[in-house]
Amino acid sequence: MLSVRGVTVRFGGVVALDAVSFDVFPGQIAGLIGPNGAGKTTLFNCLSRLYQPSAGEILFQGQSVLATPRHRIASIGIGRTFQNVALFDRLTVLENVMVGRHCQTHSSFAANALRLAGVVAEQAGAQARAMELIEFMGLEDFTHWPSGGLPFPIRKRVELARALAAKPKLLLLDEPAAGLNHDEVHVLEAQIRRVRDTQDVTVLLVEHHMSLVMSVSDKVITVNFGRKIADGTPEEVRRDPEVIRAYLGTAA
Amino acid sequence: MAASATSWATRRGIGWWALAFWIFMLVLPLMGSAFPSESFDYYMFMGQSMMVYAIAVLGLNLLTGFNGQISLGHGAFFALGAYTAAILMIDFGWPYWATIPVVAIVCFGAGFLFGFPALKLESHYLALATFTLAIAVPQLLKHKSIAGWTGGVSGLVLEKPDPPFGLPISPDQFLFYFCLLMAMILFWAAFNLLRGRSGRAMMAIRDHGMAAGTMGIDTSLYKTITFGISALYTGIAGALSAITVAYVAPDSFALPLSIAFLVGLVVGGIGSLPGCLIGGAFLVLVQNWSQSLSDVLKETFSLQYDVPSWAIYGVLLLLLMYVMPTGIAGGVLRLRGAIAGRLRRVETVRSKPLVLQSEGEKH
Ligand SMILES: Nc1ncnc2c1ncn2[C@@H]1O[C@H](COP(=O)(O)OP(=O)(O)OP(=O)(O)O)[C@@H](O)[C@H]1O
Ligand SMILES: [Mg+2]
Repeated sequence: MLSVRGVTVRFGGVVALDAVSFDVFPGQIAGLIGPNGAGKTTLFNCLSRLYQPSAGEILFQGQSVLATPRHRIASIGIGRTFQNVALFDRLTVLENVMVGRHCQTHSSFAANALRLAGVVAEQAGAQARAMELIEFMGLEDFTHWPSGGLPFPIRKRVELARALAAKPKLLLLDEPAAGLNHDEVHVLEAQIRRVRDTQDVTVLLVEHHMSLVMSVSDKVITVNFGRKIADGTPEEVRRDPEVIRAYLGTAA
Repeated sequence: MAASATSWATRRGIGWWALAFWIFMLVLPLMGSAFPSESFDYYMFMGQSMMVYAIAVLGLNLLTGFNGQISLGHGAFFALGAYTAAILMIDFGWPYWATIPVVAIVCFGAGFLFGFPALKLESHYLALATFTLAIAVPQLLKHKSIAGWTGGVSGLVLEKPDPPFGLPISPDQFLFYFCLLMAMILFWAAFNLLRGRSGRAMMAIRDHGMAAGTMGIDTSLYKTITFGISALYTGIAGALSAITVAYVAPDSFALPLSIAFLVGLVVGGIGSLPGCLIGGAFLVLVQNWSQSLSDVLKETFSLQYDVPSWAIYGVLLLLLMYVMPTGIAGGVLRLRGAIAGRLRRVETVRSKPLVLQSEGEKH
């Protein structure tokens, strides 16, 4: 489904990603782990075309991601959340999730301004789908609240709902558990599984929360200083000496 | 009930207020026939100006309030609309109403084109670029090479249109209705735009451009189109101004006009539709009172010179921003919110446990 091949990203002298290659298969939940500054977010940013790699290729369902403009990424089926939550603060939760429907709807400025019949139907559909997702994420109580003022864990859920609204085939989650308490992480774990099973998406998950990654992932890719150092089942990766040295060793 | 997603406008029942307002405006000119008075035509003219400014401020609001791009030069698009209408009427003998669609196209085009370089500019530089536009346009209008069209420094004098179909109302009453019709169409269209897919995309770009891009919004395209639409609105306001004042001159479109639009925007409320109407009314009232205010100030502080209207604008603006940082519309909303006990609701929601679904989720 997703094939990352030799992707390299440099920022001045820093090599943030150094010829990283891996594959994610349909229906998988793939974990992407590594110490701070390893290059995980940078990889996500390449996948959503915010950064341009200096070398390498990324294929999504056989299609070149790097040849796709940024605003087409959502419609080819790649959705994401951001490490530091990027909501539209002055829009309500419902409006945020409806923006997620943008790539699934098509009415023009002129049609919107005149509120043609097609627009009304499209809007109703988008709103119904958004309401479903708001329920799915347990956000009903916040539907009409401006997202800017909501507590952080709620904001993270809004962001996930918004990403799902675009009907992604591949969902990139950048540290969804950060800032959540123990119970909330449990809820999240269930939600991620449920997303994969009921929304029919493949998940690539960046996370520092080890027990979450290890329990939810089908495979785990480990990077350190921009290089991939391990790639396998959670069991294999957990036992990999280099991973232990680079990551688990410091965390434990 | 799952209310529509237009929280900023409809949710708090502003729909009824809007309806009441427009009906009031429709009835207003009839007062003149009921109670004839010397100065009624002048009041009608003030009403026209308020709507003209309200439309211009709406144009700026679409750009700044709803899309997050700043413009200090919207007077330029106002001028473009005014001159396009005036030239079509004088040199081509077009009826006043037929100029509006042409003005719309011309100003949309101009705004769209200006939007392209604007994409490359950070907000400060965009402010500077639009500022330059505001300064350049009056000079351009005076330029010799086009003076044959624009009338140079002295401008162009138009004829006030008569009411059609022999309607028994004065020209100013009629023009009031004409402006009202345009305002209703333009506000309705803006309202539709903002509660629809395009408007949400505009606001998403304002709030977080990068996230908007990952949601599949072509941010560059949306920003340039918004610039075009914004110029279209302000340009139509310019055309209406030319028609109602029956005169265009380059110096009335100089920098103070662009600043006035900004003042109207901030006073009414950035990102508020009713705020545009408030802003428009405010501008006309201040213009009207600025002479007497200036006289009072001269008297009390024994000044040697007139206090210019822009200085009065400035002081009023500072005062208002201090008292009502979200504009008059925002201030009223907050007041209503406080009265309706929304603050209490904040409390209840805040105190809810954040793990809402842990049970339901297990299966
Ligand atoms: N826009 C940028 N400009 C310069 N350097 C950058 C930029 N983005 C990332 N880097 C650098 O690239 C490296 C990888 O950063 P990245 O954010 O991808 O790490 P990460 O694995 O997501 O870390 P964390 O777990 O802390 O989020 C770091 O050294 C970082 O400083
Ligand atoms: Mg990161």
